[in-house]
Amino acid sequence: MCRLIAITSDDPISPMVALEALDVMREGHDGSGVGLLLRDLGGPFEQIKDAPILSGIFSDRGLKRLDRYMIDIGFMTKYKVTLKVPKTPPEGVPKRDMYLVRAYEYPEEWDDFSPEQLQARLLQIRLELRKMGEEKNDMIVFSFWPDTIMIKEIGDPLEVAEYLQLDRKSLDARVIMAQGRQNTNYEIDLYACHPFFIQGFSTMTNGENTAFFPISRFLTSRNFPGYTGYQSDSEVFTHILHYTFSALGLDLETYKHVITPLENEDLKDHPSGEFLKHLKQSCRKLIIDGPNCVIGCLPDNSIFMVQDRKKLRPGVAGGRRGLFAFASEVCGLDFAIPYRDKSRDFQPMYLDTVSVGPDRQEVKICSQTDPLPLRH
Amino acid sequence: MFSNRPITPSSLSIKDLPWQILWDKDKCTLCGQCTAVCPVNTIELGVFRQREPQVSLEPGEITSNQHTFYYGIRQKTDPAYRCVGCAMCTMVCPNDAIIPAKSDEVDKLKFHLDRGGQPWRRGGRRNVAGGVLDQIKFIRISMLTDPALDAGRHEFAITSLLGRILPPEENIRFVSENGWIPPVREIYPLIIGGMSFGALSPTMWEGLQLGVAYLNEELAMPVRICTGEGGCPPRLLRSRFLKYVILQIASGYFGWDEIIHAIPEMKTDPCAIEIKYGQGAKPGDGGLLMWYKVNKLIAAIRGVPSGVSLPSPPTHQTQYSIEESVAKMIQSMYMAWGFRVPVYPKISGTSTALAVLNNLTRNPYAASLAIDGEDGGTGAAYNVSMNHMGHPIATNIRDCYLNLVTVGKQNEIPLFAGGGVGKSGNMAANAAALIMLGASGVQVGKYIMQAAAGCLGSESDRCNICNIGLCPKGITSQDPRLYRRLDVDQVAQRIVDVFLGFDTELRKIFAPLGRSTSLPIGMSDALGISDYNAAERLNIKYVV
Repeated sequence: MCRLIAITSDDPISPMVALEALDVMREGHDGSGVGLLLRDLGGPFEQIKDAPILSGIFSDRGLKRLDRYMIDIGFMTKYKVTLKVPKTPPEGVPKRDMYLVRAYEYPEEWDDFSPEQLQARLLQIRLELRKMGEEKNDMIVFSFWPDTIMIKEIGDPLEVAEYLQLDRKSLDARVIMAQGRQNTNYEIDLYACHPFFIQGFSTMTNGENTAFFPISRFLTSRNFPGYTGYQSDSEVFTHILHYTFSALGLDLETYKHVITPLENEDLKDHPSGEFLKHLKQSCRKLIIDGPNCVIGCLPDNSIFMVQDRKKLRPGVAGGRRGLFAFASEVCGLDFAIPYRDKSRDFQPMYLDTVSVGPDRQEVKICSQTDPLPLRH
Repeated sequence: MFSNRPITPSSLSIKDLPWQILWDKDKCTLCGQCTAVCPVNTIELGVFRQREPQVSLEPGEITSNQHTFYYGIRQKTDPAYRCVGCAMCTMVCPNDAIIPAKSDEVDKLKFHLDRGGQPWRRGGRRNVAGGVLDQIKFIRISMLTDPALDAGRHEFAITSLLGRILPPEENIRFVSENGWIPPVREIYPLIIGGMSFGALSPTMWEGLQLGVAYLNEELAMPVRICTGEGGCPPRLLRSRFLKYVILQIASGYFGWDEIIHAIPEMKTDPCAIEIKYGQGAKPGDGGLLMWYKVNKLIAAIRGVPSGVSLPSPPTHQTQYSIEESVAKMIQSMYMAWGFRVPVYPKISGTSTALAVLNNLTRNPYAASLAIDGEDGGTGAAYNVSMNHMGHPIATNIRDCYLNLVTVGKQNEIPLFAGGGVGKSGNMAANAAALIMLGASGVQVGKYIMQAAAGCLGSESDRCNICNIGLCPKGITSQDPRLYRRLDVDQVAQRIVDVFLGFDTELRKIFAPLGRSTSLPIGMSDALGISDYNAAERLNIKYVV
C-alpha cells in the first residue's frame, strides 16, 4: 500500500515538506519510488503561468532529439530549471543524464488557437515525445502543461529528493502532490509511477483497482488520444476524472457517483436519483472496485480525496485557512501542518468526497447522498 | 430364440442396446411397480421356463425332465421399446432388485432408430460431456497489495443490465433534453431461459414462476424467467408478476394472439420481449411440439386446435432479410408496449454472430443479443441437429464482446450467453467464466430442470424422451398421471435453493478476485486455461 500526501497552500512551499511527510509515513511505503506533482507554481515560474512546462527525464541523446523536435514545431525555451545531480546516485536510484523542467514559448501560429485546440495540441506533443522516447529509450516525459511540474524517480523519496536537490526556491509551489510507492520492484516502469496527469487533471492512488482491465479497455475505445498508457491500474482514475469533466461536462461531486455509484435503494430516495440512475447505468464500465483512496487535483488547482465503496484505505484531511493537506495517515498530516485544529480533521468514508478549492478557505465535504449541484 | 424365429436387420439382442436391465430374482417381490412405472414399456412381466433333468443312477430307472417356471422381468429388444436408462424402475423398487446398466460398448441400437424413415428425435442436450467452460480457471487472486474480499460479509452488487445502454455522453444529453432513453432493466445475471408452456408440464411451469416470484418479492433477487415460445397463461399476463417474465416470440407466434389482446389489461409491463431467431440445441430448426402434448389447455394458450403437431417454421415467415426482419420486429414490439419494454433477439451460436451483432449495434432499438451455444438443451429436436449443428458459446461470446470493445460499444448492447451452462454441474463457475469473457449474463434451462425438478437426462443419452410427453418425472409431460408426480411448491423451493446456492458460489468466485461493486463483465485478465490453443483463441492467459 503506497502513501500519499497533497498540500495546498496560499504561500508557495517547498516540495520537501511533502517528501518529508512521506518519510514520516514510511512504514507504508518501501522506498521503491516517488512521484511529485507541483502546480500553481511560485518562484520564477510565477511570472510565466501560461507557458507550457515540459517535465521529464532525458539522456544526452534524447535531449538533442527533443531540442530538434521542439525547434521544428516552433517552440522556444523560455525558462528552465537544470537539476544537476551528483555523479553517483544513491543506492537503488538509476543513473540519469538529465532531469528536465523547461518552460516554452508557444509558436506564433498558436496565437489564434482556441483553448480546446491548444490543450489538444499540447497533449499531442506530449504523447509524441513519449512515443519517440519509448522507441529509442532516451526520454521519459511526464507532463507538458502550463504551471505544472512533475518529477518521478525510482528510490527512497527522501534520498531522491536530496539527490535531486529539490529544496530550491525555483520549485516552490502552492499545490503539491506526492506519492511514495510500495510493493513494486526496481525494474518498475516510471510511467507506472503516480501521480498521473492529463490536461490539468491529476490523481494518485493507493491500493489496486481490480476492475482495471475492463475500465482501461473502455477508456481506450473512447478514441481519445490521451487515454493510453495504463502501465499502472491507477492511471484509469485520472482518465475517468478527465472523462467525467471533459467528455460528460460533469463536476467533482459527480465523479464519485461515476466511480462508486450508490445502491439502487439509496438512489430511490436521492433528490437527483433519476439522473444518477442513468449515470450509473451508462457509466457502468467505469465503476471501480477498490480498495482505493484517490487524491487528485483539478485544472483550477482544487485538490480532492475520495474513497472506494468499501473504504478499505486510510485517508485524512485537515489544516487551517490558507493551508490544507490530505494525507494517508494522521502522522503525515501532523508533519505537514502541525499547527491546526485537529478536532476538525476529517477522515472521509465511503460516501464522501472532500475538496479544498483554489481559495483554500475550508475543507468541503460532500456526501453522495447530498443533492447534486444544479447543472446548466 | 427359437430356431424358426425370423431374424430381421433390426433384430437386436439385449447386448446391442445402450442400457441393459439388471434384475435380481432373489430380491424381487414381483410387485410389478417397475413394469407399471417404465415410461417406454421396455420391461414386462416375463414367465421363464426351466428344465430340470431327472436323472437316476439306478439301473432301469427312466431319465426324465421336469419343467418348472418362475416369474420375472423381461427386457424388450424392439427399438420402439428400448430402455432409455431413466432408472425409474430402480426408484420404485421396494427391494432395490432392478437397475439399468450402461452397455460396455457402443450400442447397435443407434443404427436402427430411424424406423419408418423417421430419423431419431429426442430431448436433452448434445451427447458430449464436458467442454471448454469447465477448463477455465480464475487466476487473478487478490493477494498482498489487496486483501481479497469476504464473500460472506462484504456488500456485493450482483446484478446486470438488460436493455440498450446509451453512451454516457448521449444518455446525459437525453436526460437534460427529455429525449427517449431506451428502457433498461436491472436483473439478476442468471436468467431462466425460454422453456415453453407445452414443452414443460403445468406443474413445472407453475413451480418455476412461483420460485421466481419468491426470489423477487421475498429475497429481493431480480431473477427473470423467459416464457419460451408457447404463450403465457392469461392470469399471469394480467398479474403484477408479469414484470418478472420475459415474453418470447418465435417463428410460430404461438400464444401471441392472447398476449396482444391482454395488453390493455396488463397491470405491469413484462420485463422484456425476446425474439427467438434460433436455438443452440437445434440451430435453424423450429419448435417440435408433437400432437400428443397439445391438450386443451396448451391449445387454448397457444391459440391452436388441440391434438395437432405444432412444428414451428425454422425462420420467421416475415423475414426477407435479417436486417429488415430484426428491425421491423423489434420496432413493432417496442410500439406494442409504448417503447417501455426492451426487445432483443436471441440467436443460435453461429460463425455469423458477428454480422448479426454489427447489424444490431446500428439499430438504436436493439436491447441486447442473446446467443445460445451448441450445448443448449431442448424438449424436442432431431438428434443430428443436437449433436452436430451449432457453435460453441465461449468463442462466440468472446468474439462478439471483443468486437464491441473495438467499436467502443462494450456493454451498450449487453450480450447474454446460453448453451451448456452448468452442464457438468458447475453452473456458477461456467457463468462467471462467460461473464468475464464478456457476457452480461447467462441463460440456463436444462440445469434448472435437473436441479429444480430432478430431470434425469444426461449427456450419456439417459432418458432424453422429453419430446414424447412421457417424462417420468412429470417435467415435460402433459399427462396428468405423470405431471402430478411433480409438486409445484417443491419445485419453487428448489428454484430458490438453486439461486441462493448459485449466488453464494458466484461471490466465492468474485470475492477473491477483489470484485464486488459491479459485475466483472469482460474481466478476462482474471481468466486462465491450460489449453494453449484455447487460451490463444479466447485471448486469455495460458497457465500450466
